[in-house]
Amino acid sequence: MASNKDFNFARNVAEALADSQLRANFRFATDTLITRRSTVFASPEETEHLREIGSIMKKNVLANLPQLLEKFEAQCTKNGIIVHWAETATEANEIILSILDEHSATKVVKGKSMASEEIHLNPYLEKHGKEMVETDFGEFIIQLANEPPSHIIVPAVHKNRKQIAEVLAEHVEGMDYTEDVDVMLANVRRVLREHFKTADAGISGVNFGIVETGTLCLVENEGNGRMCTTVPPLHIALMGIEKLVENLEDIPAIYRLLCGSATGQRITTYFNMISGPRKKGERDGPKEVHLVLLDNGRSRIMNDPQLGDVLKCIRCGTCLNHCPVFTRIGGHAYGSTYPGPIGEILVPQLEGLNPKGAIATASSLCDACSEACPVKIPIPEIIRRMRDESYGNGDCCNVAGHGYKKSCMETMVWRGWRWAQTCPAMNKVMLKSLALFGNWLPKVGPLKAWTSVRSAPKFGKKSLKDLVKKEGVRHE
Amino acid sequence: MKEDSMVTPSVYFFGTCLADMMYADSAMAAIRLIEREGYEVVYPMEQSCCGQPAYNSGFRDDARKVAWRQVQIFSKDDFPIVVPSGSCAGMMKVHYPKLFKDSPELFEVKRFSERVVELTTFLHQHAKAQYTDRGKPVKATWHSSCHAMREANCIQDSKALLSQLGNVELIELERERECCGFGGTFSIKQPEISGAMVSDKVADIVATGASVVLSGDCGCLMNITGHMEKENVNIKGQHIAEFIWERING
Repeated sequence: MASNKDFNFARNVAEALADSQLRANFRFATDTLITRRSTVFASPEETEHLREIGSIMKKNVLANLPQLLEKFEAQCTKNGIIVHWAETATEANEIILSILDEHSATKVVKGKSMASEEIHLNPYLEKHGKEMVETDFGEFIIQLANEPPSHIIVPAVHKNRKQIAEVLAEHVEGMDYTEDVDVMLANVRRVLREHFKTADAGISGVNFGIVETGTLCLVENEGNGRMCTTVPPLHIALMGIEKLVENLEDIPAIYRLLCGSATGQRITTYFNMISGPRKKGERDGPKEVHLVLLDNGRSRIMNDPQLGDVLKCIRCGTCLNHCPVFTRIGGHAYGSTYPGPIGEILVPQLEGLNPKGAIATASSLCDACSEACPVKIPIPEIIRRMRDESYGNGDCCNVAGHGYKKSCMETMVWRGWRWAQTCPAMNKVMLKSLALFGNWLPKVGPLKAWTSVRSAPKFGKKSLKDLVKKEGVRHE
Repeated sequence: MKEDSMVTPSVYFFGTCLADMMYADSAMAAIRLIEREGYEVVYPMEQSCCGQPAYNSGFRDDARKVAWRQVQIFSKDDFPIVVPSGSCAGMMKVHYPKLFKDSPELFEVKRFSERVVELTTFLHQHAKAQYTDRGKPVKATWHSSCHAMREANCIQDSKALLSQLGNVELIELERERECCGFGGTFSIKQPEISGAMVSDKVADIVATGASVVLSGDCGCLMNITGHMEKENVNIKGQHIAEFIWERING
C-alpha cells in the first residue's frame, strides 16, 4: 500500500483505466456479484423491510455505543475472553504483538480481517519476526503476490483464473501451473493444513459482536476462519468498536443482509459463534481467546451526527460492486484499505482529507451505492460532505484536513456562477455571451477535459427565456 | 386531460439552466405538451438553475443561495412546479429540504419542494395525457438518468408515455441502471473515468440497433450525444418531450 506521501490518485486512475485486463476482471466480478445479490433480494418489499431493520439496528447500537461496549466487555470477560482496548492502530498492533510474545508465538495463521488491513498488522508483526500466513484463499493469493486487497469481500478479485494460477505456480513450492480451479483449491488446502497444524496462534476479525451474550460471530465460506480460531492454542480477535449487535435475536436479519449483499448467498457455508476459550473437560478449541477492540478514529467519527452514519457499515462491499467508478478503476487505485464508495467516506476521515479527500471526487453521485446499501448509509450525501470539507465550505468542520483544497480561483468561479444564477441581469448577460461566443470558447481547462472524449457543447442562439417571450407563453 | 373545472389550472415551469443554454427547443416542447393538456404554463423570467452543480462540487453555501432564489421566485402562487429533468426535480424535491435543514427558511422550502413534479410524471399521472403517434416506425432506446430513477422516481411515467406511441419500438439498454458518466462537474473533475463510463454507455446504445436515444435529462444527453458525435456514431439523442411533440404532430 502506497503511503500518503506517494499517493497520486490521478496517476492511479490513469494506470487502472489503461489496464484492459484489470477492467475486464472487475467488470466480470462486479456483474456476477450484482446478479447474485439480486437473486437473493428478489422481493423489493422484503429487501426494503430488511434494510430498514438493519439500518435501525445499527443506528441504535451507535446511539448507545459507550454503554453497549461496557456491557459487551463484561459479557465477554464472563465468557473467559480477555478484552483489550486499542485507541489507535499502533496500540492495537502493540497489544497483539505483546500477546503473541507472552505466549512465545512466532507463527500465526490469519483469517480475513479488514480491521487488520486497516492497522497494517501483517507488516508490523513481520517486522517483529512473526511468520504471518493468510488462510482465506483470496488473501493467500495476494499475500503471495505481495499486494493489498482490491475489494473488501473478494480481495483477489482483480486477478482472473490464469493470473491466480501463475501466482500459485510461481510462489508455492511443488505446485505446478494449472488452471483447474479444483486442483488449485486442493493444492492450497494441502499447504494450509500444514500451517494450521503448526501455527502458534490464530488471528481473526469479527463480523458481529453480540452484546447480550458476549459472542464473537465470524462469517465465512471456506472453513479457514474456523480453523484459525479453533486449531491453534491461542486466538486473537480484532474488532472495530462499531461492529456490535445488541441481541442474539438481531442476528438473523443482519446476517441475512450481510450474506445477501456481500456474495448473494442466503447463508454462508460457515457461521462461527465464538463464546470463549476451551472449557474444562473440552478436548478442542483455543486455550486462550483475546479480543482487541479497535477505535482508531471511530469515536471521533461517531460524535458528528452526519458522519456517524459511516459506522453503520457492516463491510459487505456491495457498494463497491454497484459503483460504476469502482468497476472501472478497481480497488487499488483508491490507495487505501477501504476502496469504492464506502472508502470515499471512511478513508478521508481515518487518514485525513489531504491527500485522501481526492478519492471523494471519484463519484458521479449516481446513488447506486446508497440504493444497495444494506444498512442505508446515505453515501452520496457524505461524499458531498467530504467535498464541502475539502474546500473548507459547508456547515461543519470535523474532518482532518478541512479546507485543504481551498483555492481563490475555484471560489471565484463559483461566486461568479452564483451571481449569474441569482441576479437576473447577470443571467441575461451570461446567456447572451454564451449564445454569441460560447461555441468559440478555447478548449482549455474544463472544456479541454470535456472535449477529451466528447464534442464541445453547442450553445443555442436563443435561450428558453427568449423562446418563451417569442412564443407567447405567460411569463412574469 | 385536466380535471373538470371552470378555470384553466396553471402550472409553473422550471426550464433548467441547460435548457436556457443549449436545449431551449426541448423545454419549449415540454411547455407545449403541458398546454396541450389544458393547463396554462407560467414561466417566471427570473428563474435560473436548481443549484446542483455547486451542491455536488463542495460549494454548498453558493448552492443554497441559488436554491433560495428559486424558492422565492416560484412561491408567488401555489401552482405545481413542472421540471423537464429528473435530476433537477430530484435536487429541488429531495435535496432542498436537506440544504435548509437547520434554517428558518425550511418551512417555506418544504412547501416549495412538495410542489415540484417531474415533467413525465406530471403528464402521465396528473394530466393523464393520451397520445396518438403520427410518426414513421422507428427503433428507439431509452436512457434513465440516475436521479430520475433514484430521486424523482419518474422512469415508469416516462416509459408509460412512450409506450403510447404505436410506431416506436423501444429497445431497452442492457445496463439501463448504470450511470452514463455525466455527474455534472464529475465529468470535468474526473474526465478519464467519466470518459470510460460514457464510452461503455454508447457501446450499449449502439448494440440496441436504435436510431435514436431518448432521455428525460439534458445533462445525460449532452454527455452521450457529445461522445457519439466525437466517435462518429450516427445515432440521434433527443429529450423525451421534443420526441413526443414531434411524433404526435406528425
